[in-house]
Amino acid sequence: MSFSNEQLERYSRHIILKEVGVKGQKKLLNSKVLIIGTGGLGAPAAMFLAAAGVGNIGLVDFDAVELSNLQRQIIHLTRDVGKPKVISGMETINEMNPDVEVTTYKEWVSSENISDIIKDKDYDFIIDGTDNFPAKFLINDACVLTQKPFSHAGIIRFQGQTMTYVPGQGPCYRCVFLNPPPPDAVPTCKQAGVLGVMGGIIGTIQATEAIKYILGVGELLTGQLLTYDSLKMEFRKIKLPHNKNCQVCGENPTIKTLIDYEQAVCELKQS
Amino acid sequence: MEIKADDFVDITDVVCPITFVKAKVAIEELEDGQILEVRMNEGEPIQNVPRSFKDEGHKVLNVINNEDGTFTVFVEKGGLEG
Repeated sequence: MSFSNEQLERYSRHIILKEVGVKGQKKLLNSKVLIIGTGGLGAPAAMFLAAAGVGNIGLVDFDAVELSNLQRQIIHLTRDVGKPKVISGMETINEMNPDVEVTTYKEWVSSENISDIIKDKDYDFIIDGTDNFPAKFLINDACVLTQKPFSHAGIIRFQGQTMTYVPGQGPCYRCVFLNPPPPDAVPTCKQAGVLGVMGGIIGTIQATEAIKYILGVGELLTGQLLTYDSLKMEFRKIKLPHNKNCQVCGENPTIKTLIDYEQAVCELKQS
Repeated sequence: MEIKADDFVDITDVVCPITFVKAKVAIEELEDGQILEVRMNEGEPIQNVPRSFKDEGHKVLNVINNEDGTFTVFVEKGGLEG
């Protein structure tokens, strides 16, 4: 594959970088990233990955765009209200960068479908842009069992956190957090609120991790949880060890099949 | 001394920063130790492109003023590394 003049110009600021270059940009164009959740985190992550020329982007979300999403989910526009988020997201990406092929999965991830979705295009990297604990543990376990790297993140109010899992390199999400909290023990961002930019900051860090993983440059947030407090304007990196007794990635794992945890009642759809 | 180039690229038809992008695309096609001949305009390209090659570990072997507003630069891939 050789670049067209348009591609040289589009990606010139990347190609100039020593750490990217022609080879790196080709890696990006040949890469496949799955984004689960096209909301506060997934929207900016998808947009920057598309702009960067990640050649295949998968979008997973069952929801339709709501007016209350637009304060932070910048891939969706006012005219998209009512449209499936994966379609709205695909349309924005298509307009932004014709080099990107988008695959849409209009479904919620569950133990039934997540492995098939990951295997569908044999994605290189997965971004967890979901807003609930059952999905976060499901994505973690699915990535551990299929040996796929992924970026975890969560945002609420003025706070955010993110860490990166790479098979064999440091802890998984379950090494650190063991099990989901009881349903309704922790407020969701629907109940607690979230500053719109939080998804932009943390989701863009997730996109950065995906790009660095694909390029094979720099240091990832493996074995480290990055937390961000936007009120104090404070970033912290907390070192986290691998747990050899982890239920899913430890020496004697007890979790060998995927689990559907109970979702908080207030999050269940009323339809 | 006559330098024999393994490949040639003309970047007089583009402007900064595509000048170096185009040159970089050409040099990435070569093996370490091979030589790229680059024709570039005076002014910004001749000021910046050779320096960018050096920054990336390539060795500028020779610069020839063609006396027509262009320069020809010979670069050895990876010549400053190792």
